[in-house]
Amino acid sequence: MLDLLQKIGHKTLGRFAALGRSTHMLVSALWHVPNFKKGTPLLVRQLYMVGSQSLLIIVVSGLFIGMVLALQGYTVLVDYGAEDSLGPLVALSLLRELGPVVTALLFAGRAGSALTAEIGLMKATEQLSSLEMMAIDPLRRIIAPRFWAGLISMPLLALIFSAVAIIGAHLVGVDWLGVDTGSFWSIMQSQVSFDKDILNGLIKSIVFAIVVTWIALYKGYDCVPTSEGISKATTETVVHSSLAVLGFDFILTAVMFTS
Amino acid sequence: MNSRKLEILVGFFVALGILAFSMLALKVANSGISGSGETYTLNAKFENIGSLKTRAPIKVGGVVIGRVESIYVHPQEFLPVVNMSIDAQYLCRFSDTSSISILTSGILGEQYLGINPVIASGSAEQRCLGNDVENTEADQAIDDLFGVQSKALANGDSITDTKSALVLEELIGQFLFNQGSE
Repeated sequence: MLDLLQKIGHKTLGRFAALGRSTHMLVSALWHVPNFKKGTPLLVRQLYMVGSQSLLIIVVSGLFIGMVLALQGYTVLVDYGAEDSLGPLVALSLLRELGPVVTALLFAGRAGSALTAEIGLMKATEQLSSLEMMAIDPLRRIIAPRFWAGLISMPLLALIFSAVAIIGAHLVGVDWLGVDTGSFWSIMQSQVSFDKDILNGLIKSIVFAIVVTWIALYKGYDCVPTSEGISKATTETVVHSSLAVLGFDFILTAVMFTS
Repeated sequence: MNSRKLEILVGFFVALGILAFSMLALKVANSGISGSGETYTLNAKFENIGSLKTRAPIKVGGVVIGRVESIYVHPQEFLPVVNMSIDAQYLCRFSDTSSISILTSGILGEQYLGINPVIASGSAEQRCLGNDVENTEADQAIDDLFGVQSKALANGDSITDTKSALVLEELIGQFLFNQGSE
């Protein structure tokens, strides 16, 4: 009985300690006067690793998700003679939900795991300690540029995802299935509002960016410095950030789209 | 990889992101009713607005000229009042004899407001815009015919001639009532 209580207590304390360590890591990485001259090349490099490298998977999956949405939506809507509503159906579901969420999930798998593995290996080979020996703060040098890169890339990737998916839906809906191109765009325009749908989707993807990048960086920074520890940390990054994204998505949707 | 190539690739990525944003903002979302966005306000009191919602279009002959801004219940009369913002180029162009009705687009479609316009006479339009003019002879003849001086609808005016939304249950109820009385 006491053993069980001790186990629960140990786990709880461990969780809170981890939360504290991760917050401490993030705050001390970001809480300093920015040095643009030194920081920009590091940030550009990370933007390339995190953002540009994820472009291909985002564009391809966006295109196919848009095409599938249009195909599925059309088969249902055509029964009611409402196939003209395909435009708003696709645009709203992409801008509000699928764009930010699927981008965040892909980002966690593509960029998050890479960040964890990279930092985990740096820790295992004691590169982080060597940086400290040279009086370079690894938090500022390693963690901060990666965090900013994630925060900048994810909203951009989500926007690209939604735009490409709408083009894909146009491809299937209009060019293949024969929905009228004028009503596709105009009903979409009358139903989608800039500040309600596009900006809220953007806010969602910024929140997801913070969550995913934070989890990825913390798991790498805090991993057990062995090959087994790195593999465990990488897995945990993908699992935890995917679950966190879905959880936060429900909360944000409840706050944003219920009136 | 040298830093120039890297920066070009990052620049490409950011440019693509901005392009996607502007496409979504301009092509997918609605940016008001017209480019300028200058509007004026009209009110209309209905018996029943059905499922009319804010941002529903206001049409004249099928062309969108404005949107529903807000809907509230009149504090004394307990009737729904619809607040409309209409493109400013139509300011003082509608006569106060214009009527407005709640219509449905298609069978399952959204409800919108249709204005059956009566064009304000030239002198009424000028008076509404604040200019002092004499009635022309033709306008005077029309006013004499109806016994009142016609006015144009200015900012904040109300359209009095309104037709409420068709509510299916009420229609069925009326039908059954008529059947019963026969």
